[in-house]
Amino acid sequence: MSKFKKNGKKVTPGISTASLPDIVFILLFFFMVTTTMREVTLLVDNRKPFATEIEKLERKSLVSYIYVGAPKAFLQGQFGSEPRMQLNDSYAKLNEISQWAIAEREAINEAERTLLTVSIKADKEVKMGLITDIKQELRKAQMLKINYSTRKGEIFTDRK
Amino acid sequence: MASRRRDSPEINAGSMADIAFLLLIFFLVTTTMDTDTGIARKLPPILPENLPPPPPIREKNVFVVLINSNDNLFVEDDYMDVKELRAEAKRFIGNFGRLENYSDNPQKAVISLQNDRGTSYEMFIAVQNELTAAYSELRDEEANKRFGKDFKDLTEKQAKEIQEFYPQKISEAEPVNLGGG
Repeated sequence: MSKFKKNGKKVTPGISTASLPDIVFILLFFFMVTTTMREVTLLVDNRKPFATEIEKLERKSLVSYIYVGAPKAFLQGQFGSEPRMQLNDSYAKLNEISQWAIAEREAINEAERTLLTVSIKADKEVKMGLITDIKQELRKAQMLKINYSTRKGEIFTDRK
Repeated sequence: MASRRRDSPEINAGSMADIAFLLLIFFLVTTTMDTDTGIARKLPPILPENLPPPPPIREKNVFVVLINSNDNLFVEDDYMDVKELRAEAKRFIGNFGRLENYSDNPQKAVISLQNDRGTSYEMFIAVQNELTAAYSELRDEEANKRFGKDFKDLTEKQAKEIQEFYPQKISEAEPVNLGGG
């Protein structure tokens, strides 16, 4: 009847998914570039303190990590809640540092051994007594370059 | 002879997205975004015991910072809030012999940081941060005065010059038991 009669059913055109792989690939490359594989399973709590005057640790291959903190909640039944030190994948005692230091040093190229940095990743609740002991052991082991691992943030406003 | 033309069949790219998704999800799961940052320090080597004692440093050139086991901060034996530490450290380092109790010049100034075994790591880092900040602010000021740029924008040679003018001397003393109080 009417002049502008709609002819047939309305068909919504399908969205082309041809460019979907491209989008996904872009995301993929982004994550491939930014990713760093987790090397160890953390056995200790690790809420790092905040600081503003921080430096980036550049060469990951020249950094060794010491984790310090109270054992994670599911391990506290077995190990108690007293802060402990973790080297590689297990809890360690202080006197194991020198052994560990030798192994870490052996693992890298001889020319770059002086550049080896120890990153101390300690929980903010840890008391300095343990940290001081670790520092003394590191001194004995001739691992003098250290880095107190922190997050970026204001120390006054971001605390607590 | 029959001319044979083989049409190479086109590869179906429809599943490409699936493969890419699979990889994407793998990297999403394994990724940890945090870059490693921290406050860099150098520990003093352990000295052999039969070494003669080092030459004494004048007391006015030593800035004693003390944190006790209750996380209270004492600077030169006086109680101080952490918020004031940065300004005080700057006053000490950049004194150039003007005031009596502060350093003679930045090259001689030494900050001695002492902490108790019961001090919390968080407080220790806060103090370390403030001391480092004092140095970097002074370096920035000097860099701006000499080269009109911030310290981080300087060339390697210029940065070295500033570093030698304001050497960062923060000594973390041998462990002692200070107790609370």
